[in-house]
Amino acid sequence: MISFGLFNYWAVIVLMMVGFYTLISRDNLVKKLIGLNIFQTSVIMMYVSFGKISGGTAPILIDSGDHGGGEDHGGAEDAGHAVVETAVDAVGSAGEFLTQGASGVAHAASEAGEILYSNPIPHVLMLTAIVVGVATLALGLSLVIRINEAYGTIEEDEIARKDNAA
Amino acid sequence: MGDPGMIVLFTVLLPVIGAGLVLLLRKNENAREAATLITGVVTFLHVLGLLRLVRSGETPRLDIIEVVPDVWLSFAVEPLGMVFALVAGFLWPVTSLYAIGYMRGHHEENQTRFFFFFAIAIAGAMGVAFSANLFTLFVFYEFLTFCTVPLVTHHQSEEAKKSGRIYLGILLSTSVGLQLVAIIWTWVLAGTLDFRTGGILAGTASTGVLSAILVLYVYGVGKAALMPFHRWLPAAMVAPTPVSALLHAVAVVKAGVFTVLKIAVYVFGVDLLQTLTTTTWLAWAAAATIIIGSLVAFRKDNLKARLAYSTISQLSYIVLGAMLANDLGIIGGGMHIAMHAFGKITLFFAAGGIMVAAHEKNISRMHGLGRTMPITFGAFFVGSLSIIGLPPAGGAWSKWFLGMGTLEASQVGLLAVLMLSSLLGLYYLLEVPVKAFFFKPPEDAHHHEGIHESPLPSLIAICITAAATLGLFLWPDLFHELMQMVVAGGAR
Amino acid sequence: MSQNLPALLVVVPMILAPLAALLNRPGPSWVVAAIGSWFSFGAALRLLGRVLDEGVVVYSLGGWAAPIGIEYRIDQVSAFVTVIVSSIAAIAILYARSSVRDEIHEDRHALFYAAFLLNVCGLLGISITGDVFNVFVFLEVSSLSAYAMIALGQDRRALTSAFQYLIMGSVGATFIVIGIGLLFVMTGTLGMADLAARIPAVWASGEGDRTIAVAFTFLTVGVTLKLALFPLHLWLPNAYTFAPSAVTGYMAATSTKVSVYLLMRFFFTVFGEQFSFEQMHLDMVLTPLALVSILAMSLVAIYQSNVKRLLAFSSVAQIGYMVLGISLGSVVGVAAGIIHLFNHAVMKGALFMAMGCVMYRIGSVRLEDMKGLGKAMPWTMAAFVGGGLSMIGVPLTVGFVSKWYLVQGALAQGRWAVAAVVMVGSLMALIYIWKVVEVAYFQRREDEADIREAPLSLLIPTWALVAASFWFGIDAGTTSSVAISAAETLLGVLP
Repeated sequence: MISFGLFNYWAVIVLMMVGFYTLISRDNLVKKLIGLNIFQTSVIMMYVSFGKISGGTAPILIDSGDHGGGEDHGGAEDAGHAVVETAVDAVGSAGEFLTQGASGVAHAASEAGEILYSNPIPHVLMLTAIVVGVATLALGLSLVIRINEAYGTIEEDEIARKDNAA
Repeated sequence: MGDPGMIVLFTVLLPVIGAGLVLLLRKNENAREAATLITGVVTFLHVLGLLRLVRSGETPRLDIIEVVPDVWLSFAVEPLGMVFALVAGFLWPVTSLYAIGYMRGHHEENQTRFFFFFAIAIAGAMGVAFSANLFTLFVFYEFLTFCTVPLVTHHQSEEAKKSGRIYLGILLSTSVGLQLVAIIWTWVLAGTLDFRTGGILAGTASTGVLSAILVLYVYGVGKAALMPFHRWLPAAMVAPTPVSALLHAVAVVKAGVFTVLKIAVYVFGVDLLQTLTTTTWLAWAAAATIIIGSLVAFRKDNLKARLAYSTISQLSYIVLGAMLANDLGIIGGGMHIAMHAFGKITLFFAAGGIMVAAHEKNISRMHGLGRTMPITFGAFFVGSLSIIGLPPAGGAWSKWFLGMGTLEASQVGLLAVLMLSSLLGLYYLLEVPVKAFFFKPPEDAHHHEGIHESPLPSLIAICITAAATLGLFLWPDLFHELMQMVVAGGAR
Repeated sequence: MSQNLPALLVVVPMILAPLAALLNRPGPSWVVAAIGSWFSFGAALRLLGRVLDEGVVVYSLGGWAAPIGIEYRIDQVSAFVTVIVSSIAAIAILYARSSVRDEIHEDRHALFYAAFLLNVCGLLGISITGDVFNVFVFLEVSSLSAYAMIALGQDRRALTSAFQYLIMGSVGATFIVIGIGLLFVMTGTLGMADLAARIPAVWASGEGDRTIAVAFTFLTVGVTLKLALFPLHLWLPNAYTFAPSAVTGYMAATSTKVSVYLLMRFFFTVFGEQFSFEQMHLDMVLTPLALVSILAMSLVAIYQSNVKRLLAFSSVAQIGYMVLGISLGSVVGVAAGIIHLFNHAVMKGALFMAMGCVMYRIGSVRLEDMKGLGKAMPWTMAAFVGGGLSMIGVPLTVGFVSKWYLVQGALAQGRWAVAAVVMVGSLMALIYIWKVVEVAYFQRREDEADIREAPLSLLIPTWALVAASFWFGIDAGTTSSVAISAAETLLGVLP
């Protein structure tokens, strides 16, 4: 059932498959890396979509008196600590898990009379993932440069031919 | 004479120390040889010390280390192990004496390596003889396989390499593929691997399962050369003759049949064996090996090859004895360990002597050689009698008991097999001395005029073993007594 | 200090890594790397002691308790794996001094040692963390540093191997992330213990079972790619063959072991043995793949003419043994898998290090170049034979202990085919080890090159591992009891 609400996930799937296919089928090493990157980006999109709660606003604390929700990456323990607590409690107490961006949270939260925030944890996780992706890409590209210096080509089939000939 | 456990430990370790001495003294040949001989004699004295303890009813025991939870590396001396240890312990110094003559006479290379691994192999054999449980037995069994590879492949020729592959391939395939599976299965079923009088497997599983395990064990002991896992033995003949003599007439093959007997008596127990379906099948498999081995021996002109197949045939006597699953069979099998060892080693010694002194390997070229080498061929004659099973050689006794065992098991067919094998042996073994003494030499043979015997140390060794063969006919009591203890104490 | 030991285990190598890079001179960088490795080794041993005494050690990073904070949970299997990784790292770093000097260009040494430390940090982190996303982070830390280290090999194929590993490894890691994400969206938590508590409820409610199943599948594929289970092993032979010798020796003994640990952690702790085996039938996937792995990879190994490549295929086969043990699902089976983590690390480490010695002296690891090395390099080839005996599974070596438990586990479940395959695998190992022995001991060198024995700095670490392979084969009491208690904890069986 193609509903507009699932558009994100369709995008994720399409990108994931495009990236994966590029990675597998292309012989050019740079194109493989591009494919890998698209593949990883689709996963990022997937996580962010998970975090979005219908009707939720950006996960920055508004007048709660606690810490001013600064985001650090790498740790759920710092950013949005209070929000996380709310989200976790709400999820726990709602006792219900739905596939569409945890709208159970929305219900519970609105019952509690709080402001509705989108879940910041996936964002935080994806900051890490983006960094990992960048590092991987950088390493991959530097390897491609070295391969080019060593082989004179960056096409996989030509590299294989040169190796077999050697 | 000291703590029994320590005597056991020393009996196993002394050969290793001897090996170390051989390595240290490698520059001085005579000192090196002396080290081997002295270590051999001292080891045998220790064995005699243990014999005294065993005859008075004790079973010296030594637990060394718990390798895996509940599985120990342990030694325990009981009568059957004593038989094997006596044989190996006596024959090691004798063979060392022989080897000195042979290796020097034949101008062999790498003699230090040879004597080193020789000693290590004896340690392995002692370990097998004194093992207290299946795990320890397996450890030393595999150890024996590995430390004899450098001996088998001593010449490092292409042929030696190929033989090494066959040797290692068959022995390890059977031990890892069959024997180890059986051991682990036994562990799972019985919860223990100890050798106990009456066995440990009774009542642990259905007859079908236990019968299958028996087959795994008997075929898994590749060193017993039960067909079709016998090819390693003729392949190993590429080694220098002292190796063939001690290891493949005594240590390695006897470790194999000893293992079969030990498992039959102390893992299964004679009573259980009688109830299993495969026991009789295996007895007939042994019978087939006896006959086929003898028939192939017939056709071999190379003396060592003929002796190899004779060994294969004789080993199955012991397997047959074990699978008869009665007291007489066990006694016969155990005694045959000793009788065959002395007889066969004499034959191999003679073959080696002939090779060194007259440079002949094939029987057809040995006609008339008896006049040049009367003592050697005389000893060959005595050894042959033992293998055939005729008085006045010791082999007559073991054959007697085995024959009685077949009657008690109501297997007249097996008795016929034993008789037929003797008949065949009569021909293929006695052919050698008879033709050597009474036939004319071939045209192109260059035999020496007058007496030109085997090298002196080798000759002395040959005489010792031949005399022992005769002696065992007159005094088989020791081995008979030990085997009686085995069946009385515990074949039940 | 000992309170914070779990964190220090990971943080010390992590901080020392940039220090090693900054120092930028081979000698001092090496010293820093050695300090980091040996510190980890000591810390891991202490932690193992603590876990064996007290039970699971729980440490909350930054003081934030789970499920909000990231928690390090160290049980017996975690502690065991950290000991394996850090001990191999400690020995490998000693080995690396000479080996790296010989094989890697001098201006890259500092970076090599930095990458080494990062790899150690990553692997240790995976072993002790109790948060699944943290696993991904450390996984990538260790993987990226591994790609970098592999690329430093002498042959230009090291570059393509590293690239291939990068692509496949990243795909694997991304699959793991997808799996984690799907689990997160269903349960709202990332802590392993918490997930274990919530997944059954989600599954039972029927609302999210498809998502959980898909998450399970993605995780399986991702993890098996990282641990090089057939057929996702394609990156391994090239990576191990062309990497510098010290790197191969170190990685062969550690990275796949940690991935096997990860498999156990996910499928026994997070999902639970009952769910994984009975509902998702994981054993029906793992067992056949493991069996094929053992047979096919051993067969391929026999035909290799490059000894490092031979050993690499052998490693894939041995990983099959570990997975086979795990897929048996019984305490004995899982214990067999766990103990093989240690045993294989020791034996394969020894074998690859011996090959590193060969590479150092003759500059090649091709079989035909190794003729007569038995005489020229007696200690090196003796080390190879020692490791080889373990591979064959001769009693009184570590290889035997693994097979002992594995076959026991198989026979206790009445699975003859499994026991038979284990034995056939040993016999195939005999063939390929004997192949090398034959060339080294039975063939003469044609050229008159003067080949000396490898230097002590390479021989001593190699022999340390060979000695360990005999020591822990003769006295396997400690490793066995740790493995069994670890298996009991994982399977939730009360001892």
